[in-house]
Amino acid sequence: MGLYKSKYTAKPLPPVDLPELRVVGKPLRRVDALAKAVGKTVYAGDFSMPGMLHAKVFRSTVPSARIKRLDVSKARALPGVACVLTAEDLPDGKLVTDIPGQTGQKIRKGSVTSVLARDRVRFVGDPIALVAAETLEIAEKALELIEIEYEELPGVFDPLEAMKPGAPIVYEPDNIVARWRIRKGDVRAGMAEADLIIENTYRVPFVEHAYLEPEAGVAWVDERGVINIRVSTQVVEHFRSIAKAVGVPQNKIRTIGTMVGGGFGGKEDITVEIFLALLAKHTQRPVKLVYTREESMMSQSKRHPFVITHRTGVKRNGRIVAAEIDLVADSGAYPYLSPYVLLYAVVMATGPYRIPNVRVDGVAVATNNPFTSAFRGFGGPQAAFAYEQQMDAIAEALGMDPMEVRRINYLRTGDTNATGQVIESATWLEETATRALEALGEKEPDRGSVKIGRGVASYFQSYGRITWLHDTSRAWVGVELDGTVVVRSGVPDLGAGQVNSLAQIAAEVLGVPLEQVTVYSTDSALTPLAGTSTATRQLYMSGNATYQAASAVRKVLLDRASKYFEEDPEDLDIAEGRIFVKHDPDQSISLAEMAQICAAEGLPLSNLALFRAPFTDPLDPENLRGRVFPDFTFGAQAVEVAVDTETGEVTVLKSVACHDVGRAINRAAVEGQIEGGSSQGLGYALLEEYIVEEGIPKTVTLSEYLIPTSMDFPPTKAIVLESGSGKGPFGAKGIGEPSLTPAAPAVANAVADAIGLRIHELPITPEKVLEALRKAER
Amino acid sequence: METKVVTLHINGRTHQVALPPNRTLLQVLRDLGYTDVKNGCEKGDCGACAVLLNGKPVNSCLVLAWQADGAEIVTNAGLGDQAHPHVIQEAFADAGAIQCGYCTPGMIVSAKALLDRNPHPTDDEIREAISGNLCRCTGYVKIVEAIKLAAERMAAAKEGR
Repeated sequence: MGLYKSKYTAKPLPPVDLPELRVVGKPLRRVDALAKAVGKTVYAGDFSMPGMLHAKVFRSTVPSARIKRLDVSKARALPGVACVLTAEDLPDGKLVTDIPGQTGQKIRKGSVTSVLARDRVRFVGDPIALVAAETLEIAEKALELIEIEYEELPGVFDPLEAMKPGAPIVYEPDNIVARWRIRKGDVRAGMAEADLIIENTYRVPFVEHAYLEPEAGVAWVDERGVINIRVSTQVVEHFRSIAKAVGVPQNKIRTIGTMVGGGFGGKEDITVEIFLALLAKHTQRPVKLVYTREESMMSQSKRHPFVITHRTGVKRNGRIVAAEIDLVADSGAYPYLSPYVLLYAVVMATGPYRIPNVRVDGVAVATNNPFTSAFRGFGGPQAAFAYEQQMDAIAEALGMDPMEVRRINYLRTGDTNATGQVIESATWLEETATRALEALGEKEPDRGSVKIGRGVASYFQSYGRITWLHDTSRAWVGVELDGTVVVRSGVPDLGAGQVNSLAQIAAEVLGVPLEQVTVYSTDSALTPLAGTSTATRQLYMSGNATYQAASAVRKVLLDRASKYFEEDPEDLDIAEGRIFVKHDPDQSISLAEMAQICAAEGLPLSNLALFRAPFTDPLDPENLRGRVFPDFTFGAQAVEVAVDTETGEVTVLKSVACHDVGRAINRAAVEGQIEGGSSQGLGYALLEEYIVEEGIPKTVTLSEYLIPTSMDFPPTKAIVLESGSGKGPFGAKGIGEPSLTPAAPAVANAVADAIGLRIHELPITPEKVLEALRKAER
Repeated sequence: METKVVTLHINGRTHQVALPPNRTLLQVLRDLGYTDVKNGCEKGDCGACAVLLNGKPVNSCLVLAWQADGAEIVTNAGLGDQAHPHVIQEAFADAGAIQCGYCTPGMIVSAKALLDRNPHPTDDEIREAISGNLCRCTGYVKIVEAIKLAAERMAAAKEGR
């Protein structure tokens, strides 16, 4: 038994010429680390204000119903209650649950809903009323006094059922939220040419983000009449949608983002902001709203469940000649980002392979389940779970080594993917996969009924937003008169080190130690807008904007220093806060002195830069042809697992992830992304499932929904490769989302390697393993 | 509801607060401004609210404030500050063990309790000691490294190296 060889040898890396840098690439202590270590960092739920009210949200307890009667009079009459709001109080209270846009794209059907449910609820957790009171206890008491009567309506809880004629309609006109299709080459001819056709269906469940910090914020109206919202968010640009929902001009909403206690896509959509803004506007008092863990898990977005069917035509020699892929995603009760998550899954459905003939059909379907939206990987992990198991299934059918089948079909630089987009950067697929496998070392032998197996998964995953969203970011960089540096940029920091990366880039370009950079971030009014901390885009987008702004300031300094030293600017450099002549470093001047000279002469010591991603036109959804993303990250993960064939339990013994990150800005932070992404991916593989039965969530605490503890998995060894070929600053690619993607298919492949049976559905629980073993016996 | 005046010694300061019996230590600590004690679940599932109660690590959401009457309570912020961080806090920062930072205060409290009773823990002992503290960002790899680093630095300081 066993598909994989016991040993692989890594392919040598192509030669790369990476310039030596002083600050970038070093595993420096992050600028935000010590404040977090000593508990100094103030999160959204930590703020309080004088005279502050406490808010609670009254939510639906049924998945599909008409509201027959809603009576909030007793809650309003409770002493200490300042305000109760229902849909009646918000005639224009509309929420656009579409992509958070800086550019006002066309809004999809069904995307506009009421901020508070008026006559219809569509999932358990749908918000119906808001309460603000003098204390949290009074607000909680007021919720109990709200009277509601529902007329329950038939719901639909399975996307496949929801597509059938006669299924209950979640919202008009039908349950189809989005469709995307790819038609490349001639699939019929390709299949006819194939020696073998392999067909499998893969399924993945709802998954909960489970960040440690539940959603939280505080809002107040200031002396300008501006509604300020201090909130844990991935997107300060939501101020525009908030203004629309609240009915005030866009310049009367200010979003101040705090350090985020984990986001992973779950704080990409609006959470508490509109509720807070409405209550602050109505009461003219500060208001605080913090979700409980149960409320967070019950009412907020989830990762999309998918059903993915692959039909792959292959030649005996291992070459894939045609692929037909059908994807169905459960969009839940509202669209939110489902159309775009589906788009990602459709574009990446083929995996990082050259396939001449492709048909992909994807559909996202509304149900009365929790709504689904962004979650680290954004459709990519679901697609990878299917395409990477399919690769091993192909290898097994052909009697070939799984790495050999991959090697034959891997994309190379200059190839086009399924939509016809040319892959411009390095595609170190074989390099990463063989390194991950090699680093597993010697394989352990089976121990009686405990079978040992290995698996690998390669992936490609976009970084940067969809190019037809016309993404931009801004950063302001300035040098103070003592030679210290200030960066202003609207980036939200989710904990991945977004702010620190900008500091390291500015320090590198301006030749100062990292400690001499101060970053102001995440304020929609006072920091230049940098766009969303989503889509693995901040290093690429705001990193480039910071690089541009810092470079412009550097040019001013060096041009002036060139006169001072009577040397060409190219012969000058800056390091450790001094400008010096490269061929004679004793000739030098401090950055402070040069800044003072520039200031006295009125030279600009600051710069506001705007970075633009490639702009393209939207593609035809009926047949996506052309560019969809700025670029892709490539990598792999390999694992060794033990499968106990008596209990069905799967134990991860070893895990190695190898990614080409282009260029590591902070090596420790990159490793942290890889180790943490892998942990989430291994949880996806073996532990995590947000269970919903007939629309009722069953796993709304952290004792029912299991995320990995320190005891569940061995450390994932991170191997960081640097091709220098990315489109970010210094050749960086993105690693935030990609780090999660390959873990689950690697585990699934290792389980199949161990027991000779493939589990097509996540999570791979002991029950599923035993069921597969029982079936095989029969 | 009946209230009682409870005396709490927190990070070297003494507070006397009139409290009803249903207030948890977590709620009282945060109301008093000790917001480094994080609320992650209020069910004892996540460990973000861990503090030292008379030297023992507890989830403060599972302790009623009345039960802590007269107790010595140390939160993570009581161990050190940015000017004078505790060796464990500094090790967490140096090792890259902190991403979003929300689990960090509770994690460091658990690490402190471990190193107080076992100055030279193995990896397995570290993993067991922090198994009640959930982290969604790091995969625990650099957290374990940070606690080892802190143990080494504490041992070196003790030997006067």
